[in-house]
Amino acid sequence: MNAVRPALPLPQVLRDVLAQRSGRIGMAIVCLHIAIALAAPMIAPQDPAFQDASGMLQSPSLSHWFGTDRLGRDVFSRTLLGGREAMLIATAATIIAMAWGSALGISVALIGGRTDAIVMRFVDAFMSIPWILLVMLFIAALGSSSAALVPVIGFSYGLSVVYLARAAALDFVARDFVLAAQARGHSRWSIAVTELFPNVRDSLAVQGAMQWSWILLGVSSLSFLGMGVAPPTPDWGQMIADARGIMQRAPWALIWPMVALSSLVIGMNLAVDAWARATGVERTRRVPGA
Amino acid sequence: MAAAVLERLGLALVTMIIIVVVVFFALELMPGDACSVNLGRGASDSMLAACQKRLGLDQPPMWRFAAWAGDILTGDLGISMQRERPIAEIVGWRLRNTLILAGLTAAIGIPLALGLGVLAGLNPDGPLDMTISGIAIFAMTVPEFISGTLMILLFSVILGWAAGVVTIGYKAPAFDLLKASILPAATLIFILAAHILRMVRASVIEVMQSDFVQMARLKGVPHRRIIMHHVVPNALLPAISIIGLTMAWLLGGVVIVESVFNFPGLGRLAVDAVADQDLPLVQAIALLFGFIYVLTNLGADLLALTLNPRLRTRRK
Repeated sequence: MNAVRPALPLPQVLRDVLAQRSGRIGMAIVCLHIAIALAAPMIAPQDPAFQDASGMLQSPSLSHWFGTDRLGRDVFSRTLLGGREAMLIATAATIIAMAWGSALGISVALIGGRTDAIVMRFVDAFMSIPWILLVMLFIAALGSSSAALVPVIGFSYGLSVVYLARAAALDFVARDFVLAAQARGHSRWSIAVTELFPNVRDSLAVQGAMQWSWILLGVSSLSFLGMGVAPPTPDWGQMIADARGIMQRAPWALIWPMVALSSLVIGMNLAVDAWARATGVERTRRVPGA
Repeated sequence: MAAAVLERLGLALVTMIIIVVVVFFALELMPGDACSVNLGRGASDSMLAACQKRLGLDQPPMWRFAAWAGDILTGDLGISMQRERPIAEIVGWRLRNTLILAGLTAAIGIPLALGLGVLAGLNPDGPLDMTISGIAIFAMTVPEFISGTLMILLFSVILGWAAGVVTIGYKAPAFDLLKASILPAATLIFILAAHILRMVRASVIEVMQSDFVQMARLKGVPHRRIIMHHVVPNALLPAISIIGLTMAWLLGGVVIVESVFNFPGLGRLAVDAVADQDLPLVQAIALLFGFIYVLTNLGADLLALTLNPRLRTRRK
């Protein structure tokens, strides 16, 4: 990342993504998931919360394509609907994480000095606590409604964005065009917005997409632990937790939400990899959630 | 060298102090306190006031922080709301159990990952690399609770080799816990090894293309000697700090994996504490995990410093 690259226009990037096989597969999976999530309320054959007391643990059949779970609920309908809430929370939380993370990261890169050192010490300290415990700390105090989850997760995942945005911006802070803007008397704010941001935009976009899939996993993990999406809203993590006790008798209730969640995350990873290659962003594979 | 070591020690200490500050004041900013969270909405004002008085929550925040931080220095982590016992007592055994699980994971996972990473990196894109890297990418993408559940499905339900869920108590002897750790540790190793081996692989590929390896080859140094004396040491040095950083993931993963397998450790205790609305206990566990992370990273840093003289010169 030494040469300053002009940001590519979006249609061009999209073409480059789709020119790669992994990009095509990834985008197809992700688009399919988004389409299902949007259309699910219309196409789900049954009420996901309806409990059929006489039809519990039915194996897959024509009336229940993926069978029924331990409460007699239709697994197919629940799988179709099970990603909506988590994807919604992930989207909102990603926006928050990217917004505050990149704003702070770019700012401290530009200001430098003691402010930078102090802020990064605090970010370090927050990041020393594993994300899930940090989130649990807040959930313990606030409860686990979606309204609480979004800002809490947005905050926790934004910490690593601070690091990345700062590192990306530091590549440019000492460049001629930034020094020139400083010499012209531009304010820090205007330098951050007009000189730095356009240069780090591509790497932040890739990072944002990656964050989204990590946050989705995070939300699902919380739901699995009973701290995320709460019943009666169907959710993949929650369905997996629910079906664990009956995996011997009704493996279908366990397998389908697993396939749904895993395929979405794998698809997202393939798409992001292709996107990173298309925009020439070096994707440093970091430990998720670190 | 001494200066570099002192700098690392100082940084770790500062980070730990900030963790204490952050864990206390993050909750201070939230609406409600340990009493209102624990008693719930139905609590009467007099019950709330009595509880707050008992815990000293009616004191000003700075004063309470000083008392709390002072207690932590002496190893007193406070009193659990739900269990009404000293937290240090509740946490002690479970900390041991978690350390057994994490220790087993690290003891098997790290050497395994280093070996597989070198094997994959020596023949990039060969069949062996494709297999190892393919499995690694799967392990890295699929969340812990799914891989853990699949482990139970495969080894316990289908093959019947091991019990799927841990049933022993938290005070069980260490050896029993070690046996109970097999499947949870396997799950953690599967994911931990994937992260580390990807880094090692990349590092081996880079070193293989370096000038000194080319030079050694041109001099006619035997292939084995090049690998063992030139490539492996240089490729593994950067892995040490990666391993330290991967600990952050491992500690987070422990929380989920312990819950999947019902393992009586600190992570599952944290999940229970959230369900019980036991704020002081969650706080103490978050603090402990933060400390463990800082200390392992410090250890990795110091190890890297001893093994790699190049790190000893100051960067600036």
